Amino acid sequence: MMVTDKIWPALDYSRVPYRLYHDAAIYEREQQRIFQGPVWNYLGLDAEIPNPGDFRATSVGETPVVFNRDDNGAVRAFVNRCAHRGALVRRELSGNAREHICIYHQWCYGLDGRLNAIPFRRGIRGKGGLDPSFDIGAHGLRPLRVGAVGSAIFGTLAEDAEPLEDFLGTPITAQLKRLFARPVKVLGYNRQRIRANWKLYAENTRDNYHASLLHEFLVTFGLDRSTQKGGVTMDGRHRHNITWAEADSDSDDFARETYANARVRNDFLSLQEPDLVAFRRERDDNLNLVVTSVFPSSVFVQISNSLAVRQIRPRGVDEFEVFQTMLGYADDPPEMTRHRLRQANLVGPAGLVSMEDGEAIEIVHRATKPDPDRSSVIELGGAGVISDRDYRVTDVPLRGFWSYYAELLSIEPPGAVR
Amino acid sequence: MNADRFAIHDLLAEYGALLDMAQYNEWLGLFAAECRYNVVPRENFEQGLPVGLIFCDSRAMLEDRVMALREANKYNIHNDRHVIGVPRLLGADGLAVEAPFAIYQTDQEGATHLFATGLYRDRLERGAGGLKIRDKLVLLDTFAVPTLLATPL
Repeated sequence: MMVTDKIWPALDYSRVPYRLYHDAAIYEREQQRIFQGPVWNYLGLDAEIPNPGDFRATSVGETPVVFNRDDNGAVRAFVNRCAHRGALVRRELSGNAREHICIYHQWCYGLDGRLNAIPFRRGIRGKGGLDPSFDIGAHGLRPLRVGAVGSAIFGTLAEDAEPLEDFLGTPITAQLKRLFARPVKVLGYNRQRIRANWKLYAENTRDNYHASLLHEFLVTFGLDRSTQKGGVTMDGRHRHNITWAEADSDSDDFARETYANARVRNDFLSLQEPDLVAFRRERDDNLNLVVTSVFPSSVFVQISNSLAVRQIRPRGVDEFEVFQTMLGYADDPPEMTRHRLRQANLVGPAGLVSMEDGEAIEIVHRATKPDPDRSSVIELGGAGVISDRDYRVTDVPLRGFWSYYAELLSIEPPGAVR
Repeated sequence: MNADRFAIHDLLAEYGALLDMAQYNEWLGLFAAECRYNVVPRENFEQGLPVGLIFCDSRAMLEDRVMALREANKYNIHNDRHVIGVPRLLGADGLAVEAPFAIYQTDQEGATHLFATGLYRDRLERGAGGLKIRDKLVLLDTFAVPTLLATPL
């Protein structure tokens, strides 16, 4: 079925047809119009490639990408695919090299992506090889435009993408500058394979409502609850979102009373090792939860003192990987690194406040598949206009996601909210 | 030495069985009073990166994990089955042990999949109550974790 702007039951995106999570043709269109479209995708960190020749492989949607530091110290990114037969040029996930050589026929590319050498280009004994008219300069690796905010490197495949900071907007740019105010170091990676459509994860990170209900650890052990001061802040186009909360901004009594009505246990327990949830203030604000979702598939996360970047990597319409990079600051004393390693228990596939997402997302995917014409309901915090909220029981930013999604897929209905 | 070898086999058998029966408090009883339990993705281990999926550098943290699993966390409804390979004894004292493992998960409808494979690297200690685990590193080959990791490996 060809999906058109008629697919939306409501002009405020308060209803999302299940078809959008399951249709293979839509998935293909997303790869073209979103991931290869006018968006900026998080690629990796400056700190991951400190020296000339350092490279890392990543992906933009399903497109394989390699980024490296060239001899002039500049960061460059390319589609990781040989111009000759389309093989992966760089098979290792990371390393250091002077050039990228395709194993298939040894075509050889420089750190600037240029095609430098082709074996037997003139043939052997004057026979075979390429015609002299073959333009070696026109067969380099396909480059991405690259930009950065702090240590975070972004890339885009679209020549008409707006400048990175315009794409991010003022509040998101400021939030990333806050996270990357000091040079970072990588503490490690984790990966999770979820058998569901990638957009369910993009929605999940924008859904403030679910946090303390699904992730009962947050409330049970007093780490984060919706009674705290908090809210959602978006960019002007409402495609990105910051979910935020302030530490110590509610009372136990008020929280106890509120959660009694929500069927969430409210006889708050304590941990033997309270360091696991202890927030050490390290900036001139009191934010202890900041989840910044950048359209389409990057998430920058501060939960207490655990810091991370997540990349959603679609792997077909029914599966995606969450690739998460755990961070500290380069100048952290050993004791602070230990604290961050302990608080790394909170996030990731085994995270005490995140493991449930894998299950919740899979059971949505499973139950929605047979009924593509029915819809989910997105009305927490009100329907209609899409705007910031200074409270937490809301999922308005999901409607912002769908609004921009509809625009990029050219299925935005006339009169729709933005 | 042979006595220890039998005791190590018993300890590993007990370890897998208690987890498969979801007897997590009894499983905690296999660890020493001072202990560590870390699940580390192989890609981090090989790059010398310290972060783990589960990082308990004290017994208190390990007990907190088990309490959270019981009191707060929600996860896919399943049964685990540990298949633990023949242990390899390292070191002169025979208390450094490696054993490969595979863990299968079976859902409520009886469908089974391989959930994880990897290597246990244990430091054991001898005490009044027999051999106990002082330091367990679960080196995870399957670090692209399917769905989520809740019940201990």
